[in-house]
Amino acid sequence: MSAISLTVNGRSYTVDVDPATPLLYVLSDELQLRGPKFGCGLAQCGACTVIVRGQAIRSCVTPVRTVAGADITTVEGLGTIDHPHPLQRAFIEEQAAQCGFCLNGVILNAKAFLDRNPKATDEQIERAMAGVLCRCFANVRMLRAIKRYAREMGA
Amino acid sequence: MKSRSATDTGEPALTTDAREALEGAGISRRDFLKGSGALIVTFSVAPRVAGAPAQPSPLVLGAARDRVDSWIAVTEDGRVTAYTGKSELGQGLFTAQMQLIAEELVVPISRVTLVQCDTAITPDQGTTSGSQSHPENFNHSNLAQAAATAREALFRLASARLGLPVDQLTARDGTISATTDPARRVGYGELVGGRKFDIPLDERATRRPRSAWTVLGTSVPRAEIPAMVTGQFEFVHTVRVPGMLHGQVIRPPEVGAKLTGVDEGSVRGMAGLVKVVVKKDFVGVVAEKPWQAIQVARRLKTTWTSGVGLPDQAGIAEYLRKQESRDSLVVDSKDVDATITGAAAEVKATYFYPYQVHGSMGTSCAVADVQRDRATIWSATQATHPLRHTVAAVLGLPPENVRVIFRLGSGCYGVNGADTVSYDAALLSQAVGKPVRVQLLRKDEMAWENFGIAYVVDQRVGLDAEGNILAWDYEAWTPTLGGRPGYRTPGNVITGSLVGFEPEEFTPLTPAPEPTGRLRNRSNAAPPYVAGCVGGQCGGTGIVKSERVLTHTVRSPFWTGSLRSPARLQNTFAHECFMDELAARAKADPVAYRLRHLSDPRLREALAAVAKAANWDSRPSPRTDGRRTGIAAGRGVACVLYEGENGYSAMVAEVEVDQDTGATTVKRMVVSIDCGPISNPNGLKNQVEGGALQGASRALLEEMTWDDTKVTSIDWRTLKTWSLASAVPAIESVLIDRPDAEANGAGETSITVAAAAIANAIFDATGVRLRQAPFTPERVKAALAARPVT
Ligand code: FES
Ligand code: FES
Repeated sequence: MSAISLTVNGRSYTVDVDPATPLLYVLSDELQLRGPKFGCGLAQCGACTVIVRGQAIRSCVTPVRTVAGADITTVEGLGTIDHPHPLQRAFIEEQAAQCGFCLNGVILNAKAFLDRNPKATDEQIERAMAGVLCRCFANVRMLRAIKRYAREMGA
Repeated sequence: MKSRSATDTGEPALTTDAREALEGAGISRRDFLKGSGALIVTFSVAPRVAGAPAQPSPLVLGAARDRVDSWIAVTEDGRVTAYTGKSELGQGLFTAQMQLIAEELVVPISRVTLVQCDTAITPDQGTTSGSQSHPENFNHSNLAQAAATAREALFRLASARLGLPVDQLTARDGTISATTDPARRVGYGELVGGRKFDIPLDERATRRPRSAWTVLGTSVPRAEIPAMVTGQFEFVHTVRVPGMLHGQVIRPPEVGAKLTGVDEGSVRGMAGLVKVVVKKDFVGVVAEKPWQAIQVARRLKTTWTSGVGLPDQAGIAEYLRKQESRDSLVVDSKDVDATITGAAAEVKATYFYPYQVHGSMGTSCAVADVQRDRATIWSATQATHPLRHTVAAVLGLPPENVRVIFRLGSGCYGVNGADTVSYDAALLSQAVGKPVRVQLLRKDEMAWENFGIAYVVDQRVGLDAEGNILAWDYEAWTPTLGGRPGYRTPGNVITGSLVGFEPEEFTPLTPAPEPTGRLRNRSNAAPPYVAGCVGGQCGGTGIVKSERVLTHTVRSPFWTGSLRSPARLQNTFAHECFMDELAARAKADPVAYRLRHLSDPRLREALAAVAKAANWDSRPSPRTDGRRTGIAAGRGVACVLYEGENGYSAMVAEVEVDQDTGATTVKRMVVSIDCGPISNPNGLKNQVEGGALQGASRALLEEMTWDDTKVTSIDWRTLKTWSLASAVPAIESVLIDRPDAEANGAGETSITVAAAAIANAIFDATGVRLRQAPFTPERVKAALAARPVT
């Protein structure tokens, strides 16, 4: 066990954990966040995605010590129910969800990609979603929501 | 969704009265009727004989289904709370049920609170599955009828209060007023607020007519989505209970292996370890933190006997044919052999559909708080009330001392690990006397779930000289082991079996008993084109009167269970591909050939509507441009009356096949659906789209695999599926609204026709008939290479 400092969604925390613990467990158990999810624990599905240093990373395989001191953004950090982030709002407007379990990964992957590539074409957006799963297969609506946001951002 | 279904404490949002009443009752045995809360929850007071198995008494333990107060409560401020035993599973049912209540009681949806699936509060409606929720709760019983009864009761009360006959009153926004003088009015809260209706469901109470609907039938946005996209939604995976510990399980290394030893010394002193738990063949560990539990489970040394050995996967179809079977006949006109012998031609083909995997996005999770003589389980089960009984059996508690609270999990599509992980959490919590959360590891979920069933189907028809079908002979083999635990069979899933419960008994039965009563086609074993004549009545959708439909159910080497459109998808694949072969043989257009053999007007219309919307290119298949390399494009069609009575769908799929690689790309899917009156058009579209895509992924990629001892498709490398980067088809849905028909299911119809429509499109494009799913590039390429040189 050791004390590790984290900045999550702009707030600072110090947690006392085994430094090898994957970040996901720290976020969901120690900090009790509901956004990041365990889907596979194997970096294969995207459910655990968070944004660190502008990159979408898979927190299920990221030891917490490697992100000590870094700014971490989870899906809770984008917007709220009353004031959703425009990307979150696009998902609401497109009703782009079924069970919603994958949304964390889908939204944060799209966010990180579009932050760095605001002029991305539709094909580039689709390619950027490789390795992100939705087993309810709400693919069509989700891609529509992401592209809608990309257009709004560009406009 | 915090504000409507859940709060941080894990309690459902209740009216104040209901909350007080519930706190007063706890989960005690007492009949609970106290306070002014408008709900009645009765608990069984029948004494149990010591040692006797728990008697399933579903209707005694839950809220009484025939009383309005079990379903509807009106608070003093005029808000309406409804209680339902059918749960949200990602299919949009929560919102649709809110719409139903708002509509029937004529209140804005913002004034409706819906409480779903909690054994202490809601009526027992069995399992949320099989596309049965829309028929059960949106027609003339249960929730819909309770709401209609409550509205009529409010009108009678208002009539007395205002001194006007009921037919001179109008309801609006929770207020009833004189139609000609809106100032004479009284609110629902004043009429019954905080008191019970104390009346039974009235089967004569009339539903509000479709023409009057303002909320139901419209695309009300899903209630949960804002909380979901912002990471605020409480899934079962994010339920937190004070003092909660974390568990993991250690499953056998091979199918059928028995535990011979556990070396606790191998984990002694590990950080956070609370306990190693062993019960018969069940092994689990409890630790303070989730990561610690995973570490301990990995390190723990266990020894096992070798497994029972598994049949060769390549020969599974032959294996299934050779097993002892339980036979069932859906129809038998007794003249099939004679008709086929006398026919101008006989055509046969065999189809195979593999075992498939639910593969939920999140692995299954449950939280259990088991104290000495009582237990609370937060579970994503589709069967909240039944689970209460089987958890009780697993824990050795009376069912009335077990409360199961539903919380949404990730999409389950059937029997994923939701029930089994509820037992895991319950057993571990009981062993440590503290609340325990278990979320399975991916491999434990995928190697031990109740897989979607394989099917081998032999099809045979006799044709006349024009290629019309005179007789249809269907014979199939399909495996079974376990399934939904229901009210009494925890051994139907892995954890129950590991602690010593038997799965549902398999009894061979040959020959099959004669079909009696009326046509029952729940598995869609009878093809759409037969007349389905049983007991002098023809309940099928087609015209072929010489018909035999025989299924052999055999023991499965693996656990099996419902997977979205169980049996119906597999059978529809065999029927609709075979029908396509027959159309091609008759050089007939596949849509026209189907219509020649269909009698049911709604199925005919679903088929015609999809053909029209898809701008169907009317001609025989295959397309004959004769090119054997490069990209070949084609279109295919398929249709179904789901379960023989529960919703119509037809699909046109357009594909491109790369004849050099064997890769199939589905470019477009057009789907028609007729599920009676539409409750929420956009929600229905969402179901149609998701079903079509899931069906396509299953048809093209997905197959559960195994070696000679164990399942080998255990993660997203070993089980292929589409990602969000995959080239998915454009989907267009054609919604056929039937305001006056009964409400049917909608969640499983579009997936049912996908595999057949795609296989038929591949045939149209290439002339190659794929009779085995999935249509992987390797399989397509091999079939292309085997094409005769013309
Ligand atoms: S949970 Fe991390 S990628 Fe699946
Ligand atoms: S909405 Fe269920 S996994 Fe994506």
